[in-house]
Amino acid sequence: MIILGIESTAHTFGVGIVRDKDPFILADVRANYIPKEGGIHPREASRFFATKAHEVIKQALEQARISINDINAIAVALGPGLGPCLRVGATIARALASFFNKPLVPVNHSVAHVEIGLKLTGARDPVIVYLAGGNTMIIAFNDKRYRVFGETLDIALGNLIDVFAREVGLAPPYVRKGVHVVDECADKGSKLLDLPYIVKGQDVSFSGLLTAALKHYKTGKYRLEDICYTLREIAYSMVVEVSERALAHTSKNEVLLVGGVAASRRLQEKFKLMAKIYDASVHVVPPRYAVDNGVMIAWTGLLAYKHGVVIPVEKAVVRQRWRLDEVEIPWRS
Amino acid sequence: MAFRRGGDTLEKLELIYKGAEAYLFKSTFLDTDVIVKYRLPKPYRDPLLDRRIRRDRTILEARIIARVKELGVPVPALYMVDPEKAIIIMEYIHGIRLKELINHANISTIETYVREVGRSIGIMHSAGIVHGDLTTSNIIVKEGTPYIIDFGLAQYSDELEDKGVDIHLFLRSLESTHPRFVDRLFKAFMKGYEEIVGSRGKESILEKVREIRMRGRYVEERRLRKQ
Repeated sequence: MIILGIESTAHTFGVGIVRDKDPFILADVRANYIPKEGGIHPREASRFFATKAHEVIKQALEQARISINDINAIAVALGPGLGPCLRVGATIARALASFFNKPLVPVNHSVAHVEIGLKLTGARDPVIVYLAGGNTMIIAFNDKRYRVFGETLDIALGNLIDVFAREVGLAPPYVRKGVHVVDECADKGSKLLDLPYIVKGQDVSFSGLLTAALKHYKTGKYRLEDICYTLREIAYSMVVEVSERALAHTSKNEVLLVGGVAASRRLQEKFKLMAKIYDASVHVVPPRYAVDNGVMIAWTGLLAYKHGVVIPVEKAVVRQRWRLDEVEIPWRS
Repeated sequence: MAFRRGGDTLEKLELIYKGAEAYLFKSTFLDTDVIVKYRLPKPYRDPLLDRRIRRDRTILEARIIARVKELGVPVPALYMVDPEKAIIIMEYIHGIRLKELINHANISTIETYVREVGRSIGIMHSAGIVHGDLTTSNIIVKEGTPYIIDFGLAQYSDELEDKGVDIHLFLRSLESTHPRFVDRLFKAFMKGYEEIVGSRGKESILEKVREIRMRGRYVEERRLRKQ
């Protein structure tokens, strides 16, 4: 079985082709939209996708050395994400499915991050910590679905560090040699300042921390390195603390980090220190698959398609706020 | 024990609960049974941040317990607070958890207790205090009086959202422990709550609870039971 998957939820238009035996990745092609300034502009990103899509698909088929006829089904990320971006992927997927008469498989982007993490790390039943630009969630599988144990009440962890980096002039670029600029700056700091640490039950809140950190910066009284150090210490500790609660509560013995922020070395160290208390292991999705990509959509599509999950073309509409806990996971039940 | 004080004052520490944040010990202190709550240091936090968090949370929890007791709500008495060591020593409530009682006592007795809990939460909410973890495990009935315990996640808050979460969590725990009598018990709870906050206060909180339940997080709980 061969599945082609399309990702277009935010800044990456990615096409992956996978099969049901190892090595499972046949193709992985991506086009990344990089804004000239500021954050992601959904309209511009979607225009960029529309111009790149045909090339990306063509390259993916060439890389896999197959023709579109060899593909069993088309998988597409229908959400969650930015409306204009999602619509490009959905339109292309619907067109491919109807023109070539292929089944269409709806994939939830968050579920795909989880599934590719499980596939690539070999973790079996972990507490999953999904940290990205638009998402911060502590997840565990229970009774047919991935359940959300804790999440951010406002902005995501990735958003916190990106916005801070941009506002104080550290970014763009946000990442240098695989290290986020805030991480890099924080490594040179050491003094803990008085910034708010906000954990409410199982949930975290970062917007107050962002505001306070920017306020500290604007006074000019503190070293930027110390602000970065404090921001990082507090933000990461908050996430580790709520993850610890989920681990203690579920009695699971693995932690899996997925999403773009998972690449942070300091964050991984903190998770290892926490997991040690419970004799749990820490797994981290490889950096290339921590960020958005088409392979994770294709892989999740393959799992779903094998369990009969398909969607009629006319019903395949995007869902910007499609939560992962709304999705039934028949392949793990 | 690292936090033993004054020689043999705190005797026979018996670990009774291991939480992610704190350990609870049963012990005797000045000849009374007590609970010793010890907030654990976390190796993954900057040491200064760790001390600050454990100290601040210990102080906050103790202050809230003291304030709630002042308001006349049955809660454990505070015996000692040591913020630097992150320890609270409080009264051990000899009783039965509502969660267990609910399956054994007759339903009208439970209704009386739950209505009393509704009053207690109404009093706390009116004073701008939310519990943060209101479940049937955190209510202990002693000599016919329901005590509210574990203020580890309590906060000062006048946000309808936070208060709504208290009610929602309580409803959810009723649903999971006693599905057959949820409607009756929740009605009794809200009756007690209304006695304190009035009918408008009750309506606005129920509206909030409905809204909370409509969110994706609680996909299976979208139906708020009819009042």
